[in-house]
Amino acid sequence: MARRENPEINAGSMADIAFLLLIFFLVTTTMDVDSGIPKKLAERTDVKPPIVKERNIFQVAINRNNQLLVEGEGMELKDLKDAAVKFIDNGGGIGNPMPGKEAGESCNYCKGEKDPSSSDHPNKAIISVESDRATEFGIYVSVQNELLKAYAELRNKLCQEKYGMSFTELDKAFRASARKDKALRKKVEDIKSSYPQIISDSEPTNVQ
Amino acid sequence: MSKFKKKKKEMPAVNTSSLPDIVFMLLFFFMVTTVMRESDLAIETPRLPSASEVKKLERKSLVSTIYVGKAKDAKYGTGYNRIQLNDKIATPEDVPSFIFLERGNVSEAEVPFMTTSLKMDKESSVGTLADIREKLRDVNALKLSLSIHKSSEIKK
Repeated sequence: MARRENPEINAGSMADIAFLLLIFFLVTTTMDVDSGIPKKLAERTDVKPPIVKERNIFQVAINRNNQLLVEGEGMELKDLKDAAVKFIDNGGGIGNPMPGKEAGESCNYCKGEKDPSSSDHPNKAIISVESDRATEFGIYVSVQNELLKAYAELRNKLCQEKYGMSFTELDKAFRASARKDKALRKKVEDIKSSYPQIISDSEPTNVQ
Repeated sequence: MSKFKKKKKEMPAVNTSSLPDIVFMLLFFFMVTTVMRESDLAIETPRLPSASEVKKLERKSLVSTIYVGKAKDAKYGTGYNRIQLNDKIATPEDVPSFIFLERGNVSEAEVPFMTTSLKMDKESSVGTLADIREKLRDVNALKLSLSIHKSSEIKK
């Protein structure tokens, strides 16, 4: 028998096989990043919560029929943001001391009406969301979203004034520097402490 | 000159011998980036609510996911308030042990950065959310993220 040379393996179909695998992984890949509304839960402590003046609390209640009650009056979801902005930015009194300061000052950057019967200072203004156990989660999220929008609007406005760019851009620049840039960090923290997000979720009631 | 004219011939076929290499490169890229879902859903895929003010969750290895929605199995009823932990339908009482289990998978130093991502159907009730929230507070898992679809418009 004549010994033949080994014939080369035909690699022509290699591309087809690779394509098949490629398409499989293309289809199963999910690129979307999980995103959500961040919430920081309160630690369980025995410390009694400090007494807060009623004018510093912005009451938002959602009932089981998904209707809103804001400060004792019915309201549409679309009006909630403006009402929250008005409340937070009121600046009618003396606030808590800013970080690194001894005494509290009145809000010198607030554009609100300085109504003495509304919030004293953005860092004292508490938004309290109360919901029924049967409230739909979707509505609850929309309410949270509107409140966060109010904060975002105020932060953007103040940041534009102080640093010439919106807070969103500033935050993006800070993240792009891998949270290392000292000057940017200072600016971000300044804006954040000027308008801290204080949204409290009270225990849902079970009103029949 | 006729010497050169003779050279005119048909277009040569495009050389495809490097095609497998290119395809393999793409293949490896997708193989590496693919994340297979680690647990089967015992509930129907939650229809997440929409919102615009969102933050991205970073460090996927530190995220533990809790699903809330309607159970596929009819014996659990048709309400949208079934909780799924890992592969099973569970009750809020099982949340602490789930969190401890998840903590076992990461190093001690990273425990404070662990986030619980809550994928809840938009028709679930806030009561369920509150129950889970209380259980999370019990075990000091304080970082919570309410998973949502990012959108810019308000849906009513």
